[in-house]
Amino acid sequence: MAQSFAFELVSPEKLVLSEQAMQVVVPGTEGYFTVMANHAAVVAMIKPGVVEITLESGDEKRMLVRGGFADVSPDGLTLLTEYVSDLANFDLEELEQQIKNAGEDVSDAQTDEKREKAQLLLNQLEEAKAAINRSN
Amino acid sequence: MPSLKDLKNRISSVKATQKITKAMQMVAAAKLRRAQSAAEEARPYCERMAGVLSNISSAMDGREGVSPLIAGTGSDKVHLLVVATAERGLCGGFNSSIAKMAREKARELKAEGKEYKFFMVGKKGVDALKMEFSNQMVEKVDFREVKNIEFANAESVGSRILEMFDNGEFDVCTLFYSEFKNIMTQIPTAQQLIPAQAPEKTDDQGSDTFYEYEPDEEEILGELLPRNISVQVFRALLENGASEQGARMSAMDNATRNAGEMIDSLTLSYNRQRQAQITKELIEIISGAEAL
Repeated sequence: MAQSFAFELVSPEKLVLSEQAMQVVVPGTEGYFTVMANHAAVVAMIKPGVVEITLESGDEKRMLVRGGFADVSPDGLTLLTEYVSDLANFDLEELEQQIKNAGEDVSDAQTDEKREKAQLLLNQLEEAKAAINRSN
Repeated sequence: MPSLKDLKNRISSVKATQKITKAMQMVAAAKLRRAQSAAEEARPYCERMAGVLSNISSAMDGREGVSPLIAGTGSDKVHLLVVATAERGLCGGFNSSIAKMAREKARELKAEGKEYKFFMVGKKGVDALKMEFSNQMVEKVDFREVKNIEFANAESVGSRILEMFDNGEFDVCTLFYSEFKNIMTQIPTAQQLIPAQAPEKTDDQGSDTFYEYEPDEEEILGELLPRNISVQVFRALLENGASEQGARMSAMDNATRNAGEMIDSLTLSYNRQRQAQITKELIEIISGAEAL
């Protein structure tokens, strides 16, 4: 039987998840990678996408994240992310709405700077949507 | 000597005030619980962030081209003072102690011949400092409409600070807020944001573990540092939120007690006067009867 390790998912607002996990798939900026027990120590940036977690109990969880950091240390894996939502009760329509809003922001933006910002958000959201579609 | 009627009016007005302060105290107590748990829930993120940051910066130690967010711009000519206060008053010395601390710092800088600018977060701080420094206030943000501070609020402040830093509008940034110790004590605190003070190194681990970085350290650090600013602002806002409610609770508790004391002493003199009047009327009747 494979070993489990400590997994924590933290957002600025709260500690979202802190459990023993068997395996976690992390969307790194340079490609997805899977963390299992005794993984080499890595600090990696994550891109918007879906984190797939297999808990010790065998349950699987899928969480949508929008960028952040993964810190793999000998003690376990910590994911730091600003925005996170559980895909189990996720509303795809809401994401669509956000994408639509972001798209409008891009076209309405007065300055280049604002447009860039809105574009960045739009890209993030679209990537997230693509990630959901892929994993469905 | 006030008449009986005056005294009666005084008593009822103080009683009304006491009811208000009592209600405010209870509202503050309820809000405090929420603010406190929000501050506690944000703690893990800050701790982990500090951990990652100290890991990377120790890996970066002694290298060239460290980000100016850590190394500074090389001068300390222009200071940005970010003053975070509450939106409402009636919370004891909470707002004024933060404002006082910022004011002292500004005067100190002035005496040293340095430039300073204010970034005001919260309305009360603006009120307290505008007499002296209205020309130095470059930015004002208030969260009056925001019920619960969210990370996005802090991010908007953080990104504005970074924007100003990138434009070279200041060299050193200091954040003023009030740290929540417990309900009775809130400590006004000044924290230097830029250049970041090196996080305390944890000796127990990390130093002997070899970390891999993906992408490389510089790129991660470049992402991490700006985010760290927002996280620090967020933490300060949450601490402030809890402090404000704590301060208001104890201030209102005091006010309620004072009102109680006042009611007691007013009631006492009201009763004395009533008695004196009765005695006086009795004497009048008796002496009237005797005269017959």
